[in-house]
Amino acid sequence: MKRQVASFGAGLAVLAIFFAASGHDPVAALGAMYRGAFGSWYAFTSGTLVRAIPLMLIALGFTVGLRAGVLNIGGEGQFYAGAIAATWIGLKLGGWPTIAAIPLVLAVAFGAGALWVAVPAWLRLRFGVLEVISTLLLNFVAEALVSFMVQGPLQESQHIYPQSDQLPLSARLPVLPGTRLHLGIMIALGCAVLVWYVFRRTMIGFELRAVGRGPIAARVTGGLPVQRLAAMALLVSGAFAGLAGGVEVGGVSYALYPNLSPGYGFTAIAVALLARQSPVGIIASAILFGALEAGAGAMQRDVGVPAVAVYVAEAVTIIAVLLADTFSVRRRNVVTA
Amino acid sequence: MMLDAGMIDGFLAASVRVATPLLLAALGEMLAERGGVINLGIEGAMLAGALAAAVGAATGGAWTGLGASAVAGLALALVFALVAIGAKADQIISGTATTLLAVGLTGALYQAAFGSAGAGLSLPTLAPVRIPALADVPFIGPALFDQPVTTYLALVAVPLCWWFLFRTRTGLALRAVGESPEHARAAGVNARRMQFGATLVGGAFAGLAGGTLVLAQVGTFAERMTAGRGFIAIAIVVLGRWHPVGVLGAALLFGAATALQFVFQAMGLAVPYQLFLVLPYVLTLLLLAGLVGGVKAPAALGRAAE
Repeated sequence: MKRQVASFGAGLAVLAIFFAASGHDPVAALGAMYRGAFGSWYAFTSGTLVRAIPLMLIALGFTVGLRAGVLNIGGEGQFYAGAIAATWIGLKLGGWPTIAAIPLVLAVAFGAGALWVAVPAWLRLRFGVLEVISTLLLNFVAEALVSFMVQGPLQESQHIYPQSDQLPLSARLPVLPGTRLHLGIMIALGCAVLVWYVFRRTMIGFELRAVGRGPIAARVTGGLPVQRLAAMALLVSGAFAGLAGGVEVGGVSYALYPNLSPGYGFTAIAVALLARQSPVGIIASAILFGALEAGAGAMQRDVGVPAVAVYVAEAVTIIAVLLADTFSVRRRNVVTA
Repeated sequence: MMLDAGMIDGFLAASVRVATPLLLAALGEMLAERGGVINLGIEGAMLAGALAAAVGAATGGAWTGLGASAVAGLALALVFALVAIGAKADQIISGTATTLLAVGLTGALYQAAFGSAGAGLSLPTLAPVRIPALADVPFIGPALFDQPVTTYLALVAVPLCWWFLFRTRTGLALRAVGESPEHARAAGVNARRMQFGATLVGGAFAGLAGGTLVLAQVGTFAERMTAGRGFIAIAIVVLGRWHPVGVLGAALLFGAATALQFVFQAMGLAVPYQLFLVLPYVLTLLLLAGLVGGVKAPAALGRAAE
């Protein structure tokens, strides 16, 4: 816990130094960021928490993969696959009761995310293609697919703007009155608890960990189908990212358009790393990164510092976590040796 | 409209032009991977190179820009190398972090350097250098002998990389490190220094690739302008089977897939343009699946030396 706080602190510190070096007042910039993220009930719920939702879901998926030793860096693409599918089905559900429409939209998004990552999973099983490269490449394919959809089959009825029609009210997630916070937060929290339970309390969680820790030992002494378990973890990982896309369309944008995600898929990797594979930790670190992104917008608006600069803080946080882990492992090894 | 000779000329020339930054970045990544280092940070190094080229060109002309791009790419690779080789952290994640770092730094520095209006199209750029006589050869003339100097640089780098990897002692040592750092070390090779060196040179190549993009193609900088070309370069290395000539072929293939889009537009074919954007990626996945079975990656890829 101390290490995580220090890592995130290092990220903010480097960001502040960078602001000072590039001629901005770091106190004013970070202050504007804080107010934009935590300054009011509305800012916290409608800015920070709304952004934390997709981060939480994608990071949970990334962690499921990581536990089995699979690096899914295609969260961005799977998010878009879920968003496309959710929009497509949602637009057809005008007359449906909400109680049926919402679960259907989310289930389809979940499935679409799994389907999008099924290609890398299959390539890995069948041909031994590294999932790192295949999931990465499919991000670009997904972005092109969104671009095609909003100018083709899913374009709004006037055929002017590159976006889809708005979802019918019945397919939209309920919102907390007075805010923009939607049901997605309960879904994300529920998924975190579910993943925690599976990791801690079930056989499959144990098997995934065995595969991730030592694939050869898991196969030889544990008799586990290592490749199949890894592929399954990859599918679940993609499904969570797809769900995030569906939740974003159903709860925030109500429509599909390009650049729906400001890089959630990559930020979620930082979220998962900071949480060090703990599902409960992901809740906290997703809120922290949600605050960073919400605050970045406020910073650009109020002080004129480019919002994109927060990626510096994200990158430094990742690097600090990596360094802290490496050095602590080395210290432990010295002690036991 | 029918295909005519002029269009084929244009298509080939465009293929080579698009392939140039990909080739430079992929050759650099190939050197690192031959030493066992997979660097996803080259996307970031390329982006840093692009911004440095714009700033350098605005202040000291196109050649200053080109030099600055190589230095910037090397600096980003140094960040990656310190974390991934120095501290032996996971290379994939270190590379992702390096790229995020570059996205943040270049985005913010760009606005600091050029203001919110941007650099515009007023940057000095590298004009094509026409090689007399050879440039008049049908088809390959315009493609190979009427190009900006960066294209010649990239093409010359192919045999140079080959010579280095397969005909020098250092190249042999680097390949040994990529197969087994332990054995290389036992044979007296400083494995860590090899990995550092290859990664830094690879970063300089990626920086030059970003510089090429700005100085010989687009003529200006834009936030996130590399748009995944660094990641494509990683696919090209795999597709080119970690061999300089293979990498050249794979880079040209990607260039051609993109250039095809212009030809189809000129012929007035109503095919959604996204199809062409996707084509190279799908092609890589297909080729990866079909070819990767018969080719072996460096055995110690992703493993930092002791």
